[in-house]
Amino acid sequence: MAASLRCFLRSGKNTVSALQRRDFHRSAPAAVQMTVRDALNQAMDEELERDERVFLLGEEVAQYDGAYKVSRGLWKKYGDKRIIDTPISEMGFTGIAVGAAMAGLRPICEFMTFNFSMQAIDQIINSAAKTYYMSAGLQSVPIVFRGPNGASAGVAAQHSQCFAAWYGHCPGLKVVSPWNSEDAKGLLKSAIRDENPVVVLENELLYGVPFEMSEEAQSKDFTIPIGKAKIERQGNSITLVAHSRYVGHCLDAAAVLAKEGIECEVINLRTIRPMDVETIETSVMKTNHLVTVEGGWPQFGIGAEICARIMEGPAFNYLDSPVTRVTGVDIPMPYAKILEDHSLPQVKDIIFSVKKTLNI
Amino acid sequence: MLAIISNVLRASAQRNGAAVIMSARTYADFTTQATFEIKKCDVFKLDEGPATQVVLTRDEGLQYYRTMQTMRRMELKADQLYKQKIIRGFCHLYDGQEACAVGIEASINLSDHLITAYRAHGYTYTRGGTVKEIMAELTGRRGGIAKGKGGSMHMYCKHFYGGNGIVGVPLGAGVALACKYQGNNELCVCLYGDGAANQGQIFETYNMAALWKLPVIFICENNRYGMGTSVERAAASTDYFKRGEFIPGLRVDGMDVLCVREATRFAADHCRSGKGPILMELQTYRYHGHSMSDPGVSYRTREEIQEVRSKSDPISMLKDRMLSNNMASVEELKEIDVEVRKEIEDAAQFATTDPEPPLEELCNHIFCDMPSLEVRGTNPWAKLKSVS
Repeated sequence: MAASLRCFLRSGKNTVSALQRRDFHRSAPAAVQMTVRDALNQAMDEELERDERVFLLGEEVAQYDGAYKVSRGLWKKYGDKRIIDTPISEMGFTGIAVGAAMAGLRPICEFMTFNFSMQAIDQIINSAAKTYYMSAGLQSVPIVFRGPNGASAGVAAQHSQCFAAWYGHCPGLKVVSPWNSEDAKGLLKSAIRDENPVVVLENELLYGVPFEMSEEAQSKDFTIPIGKAKIERQGNSITLVAHSRYVGHCLDAAAVLAKEGIECEVINLRTIRPMDVETIETSVMKTNHLVTVEGGWPQFGIGAEICARIMEGPAFNYLDSPVTRVTGVDIPMPYAKILEDHSLPQVKDIIFSVKKTLNI
Repeated sequence: MLAIISNVLRASAQRNGAAVIMSARTYADFTTQATFEIKKCDVFKLDEGPATQVVLTRDEGLQYYRTMQTMRRMELKADQLYKQKIIRGFCHLYDGQEACAVGIEASINLSDHLITAYRAHGYTYTRGGTVKEIMAELTGRRGGIAKGKGGSMHMYCKHFYGGNGIVGVPLGAGVALACKYQGNNELCVCLYGDGAANQGQIFETYNMAALWKLPVIFICENNRYGMGTSVERAAASTDYFKRGEFIPGLRVDGMDVLCVREATRFAADHCRSGKGPILMELQTYRYHGHSMSDPGVSYRTREEIQEVRSKSDPISMLKDRMLSNNMASVEELKEIDVEVRKEIEDAAQFATTDPEPPLEELCNHIFCDMPSLEVRGTNPWAKLKSVS
């Protein structure tokens, strides 16, 4: 009895492995659900462990576990030397971070929101971004500036601005804008490993949203190249380009439009600077229509830049209609919920714009 | 015949011999070192200040003299080249303030770090830049220390972080943080002027440097004027050495290289012993205006400039000290002057004849470690290349 049981178990195991080898019943790779917050946390944890020159500084990043809990647990693990709570002195601590990068460390400088980075913008642009050029390659500045960017919920005008266009304007800076958890982890790790100043524009509303993390993305060496966009959804009718939160909105719009036979190709920019225009052009040359979607204001924005670049390149001749920009409303962000909701692109705005662009 | 030849030879031998004996007597005559009484520093939140009795060796004196004279002549040559329009844009000259740069460098190591604002030519030199590459940077040539891409205000070399448009104070504290983090016992000297001393970012930096005990020496080079505004018109308190509030401070005679050296020695010891930051105010003076576009006489009198030049010039002061203590001869110092003049002439010659950077360089050095990157030119068809 025992012997036959053993035989059965043994063969049973063999049978299962045989089945697997024959791909008879292929199970999906072990993906997990992870929030953007945890993905960012994991990215920083892994890079802190990997390179002792990496450290994090900012307001409330250490003992408070981060204003938005993105750095939760890091101070407990790495201590005062590597996770530094700063006083409320953006200009001062950003300059300190840049100086530390010049002298051989690899700082991650957190802004509680990018609105506060305006206090320190001289250090980001003049001290960090331009230095490699001014010194003709003598002095590099391997620093990461990260924090939540753009609209939140009910935080009103001074705390809701999108800085993608401001930072995307400047040579010498790399600017990334992750959407989902894989983006967040992969881009932040790349940013930390990059020898140049990188601005990582996160989004507070996405912090708590869980996304699937592939097995590959769970690896300690998972990085996403800076400067490469990703096609999140293939389609032939029209191209939608977005970054950060609005990638999700575009995918939602695409799902609705698919029911009417309109197949949207959704491109997740991932990087604002250097922008992957080729991916957009290739897509436009296939679909002949383009809609850009962003949370920032229209004037001099991401969409405006994409329009200009499309016009200057080969894709222009493939356009069957002018490019449409879907943007935030050109006003300071109001407080009242109904007003705030109508200040930013909604899924219905994207659907409407797609149909207008397709002349449907 | 032979007698005549031997007489001539004997005479010349005697002459040579005599000359040798005379030189030997002259060298033996020079004092190898002397002790000097220097001005006492005003102190703030310190129980004691730097020493007031200092020893200067002959070698040190000659070296300081040579360095200060080189800086002086270099700046005057820059003045000349600017007026000839060979140097353009901003040019902030350092003449008058030489004792600061030389005195500071005398008490730190090249392995320490230094950052200043835009009046940076002197520090670029003391930190290791050559006159040739400094001048060629001013004239915007490919042989410049930043290949012509930085200019007067943006010169860099090892452990010297410029040359900054506004002020490099927070950056300097960051460098100090890196020193502490890496445990290498190095410190950072962080300079700013009396004008910049009222910037908010400096007070933010004081706070963090003191809080985290960063090994930084804050130095305010007070040359009495922030561009055209005298210190009395800009600062509610002109006691710059006290403005660090909780940071100990020294007020130092910045025209005396020995004072600066001694104070820096004191400050460096303070930092390296882990006590945190310290602040030094160097009272100094610039002969030129704020920059080459400022004649420098609308907000101060020519008499004032002349008075400082005649009574407190740092180079004259050192020269007088050395001569009156028999530490050097007039001829020796003159010889140094001649050598310096030649070095400057050669450098200026290089700086005016070296070609400008090639146009292919235009877009290089945007990013570090980036294989070829495309950069948009002035029009959509101008696709330029950037390598680093």
